[in-house]
Amino acid sequence: MDPQAAKLIGAGLAAIGAGMSAIGVGNVFGSFLESALRNPGAADGQQGRLFIGFAAAELLGLLSFVVAMILIFVA
Amino acid sequence: MAETGKVNPMHQFTIEPLFGTDHWQIAGYHVPFTNSALWMAIAAFTLLIFVWGGMKRQLVPGRWQMAVESMTGFIDNLLATNVGPAGKKYVPYIFSLFMFILFANIFGLLPFALIGVHSFTFTSHFSATGVLAIMSFSIVLIVGFWKHGFHFFSLFVPHGTPVPMIPLIFCIELVSFLVRPFSLGLRLFVSMMAGHVLLEVLSGFVINGFNAGLGIGPVVSILSFLLMISISALEVLVAGIQAYVFALLTSLYLNDAENLH
Repeated sequence: MDPQAAKLIGAGLAAIGAGMSAIGVGNVFGSFLESALRNPGAADGQQGRLFIGFAAAELLGLLSFVVAMILIFVA
Repeated sequence: MAETGKVNPMHQFTIEPLFGTDHWQIAGYHVPFTNSALWMAIAAFTLLIFVWGGMKRQLVPGRWQMAVESMTGFIDNLLATNVGPAGKKYVPYIFSLFMFILFANIFGLLPFALIGVHSFTFTSHFSATGVLAIMSFSIVLIVGFWKHGFHFFSLFVPHGTPVPMIPLIFCIELVSFLVRPFSLGLRLFVSMMAGHVLLEVLSGFVINGFNAGLGIGPVVSILSFLLMISISALEVLVAGIQAYVFALLTSLYLNDAENLH
């Protein structure tokens, strides 16, 4: 296979990771909202944990973006 | 390659020397004043003005003092919940970090280009965010070893770990501790860069669509333009969230250093 084509295909495959982390981030906020509506009184105290979960889930998607950028522009 | 027509999405991240290219040398390296440094200075200066305006210590605070006090109160609250009473002494550092990153992210989004000034998001460079992350990480290391000595290594062995598991858990925790500065800096840099690349690619769609003449082109352009507007709103949100996440994770790491587990 042409190396250039292989790079672009790899960058495209890295987008799967971004999509997966979209599921993860959605899951974090969705679960938070679900339980926050059940017990709104406790919701404010858990916002720090919400953003920790968000940051952890988002980082993995951002890493796949980095992989795509490295494949397109650097490698 | 990797260009959408005439718009290169990576061009906006070019660091250009503004002045001082000729004589400013340190150990053989040119150290010019770049656009990155200019926007860092602008962010720091704005932060200075913002805080100075709220330092009047009126008994009944005005609007400006109220704004500053709500930001410091926010950071104070963040540290109180995550670190506890020992976190009080980190309020100045976390406050400066949070506001500096927030101003940097927001200045990068402001449409100064309309009046001919091209704003530059220095948080979209790993060299800038990496230094911020290293600063946070070295504070964690210094505080941890200063306060607990070699007992700080017990951070890597959680309470109640079965003895045969200790070597494995120690290695895993050590690696997860050591990648913290990378993940901290990488998160901010990549999320800022991703948003700006996305906006630039969409603007490439808008321009190329209109250049394609009548037909499907303008439809694509208008749809991309609507998407761009909503993505810009999302980027403002991301600018705030990423600054908050950076401050939050720094305070969590400080909690590890202050209170161990």
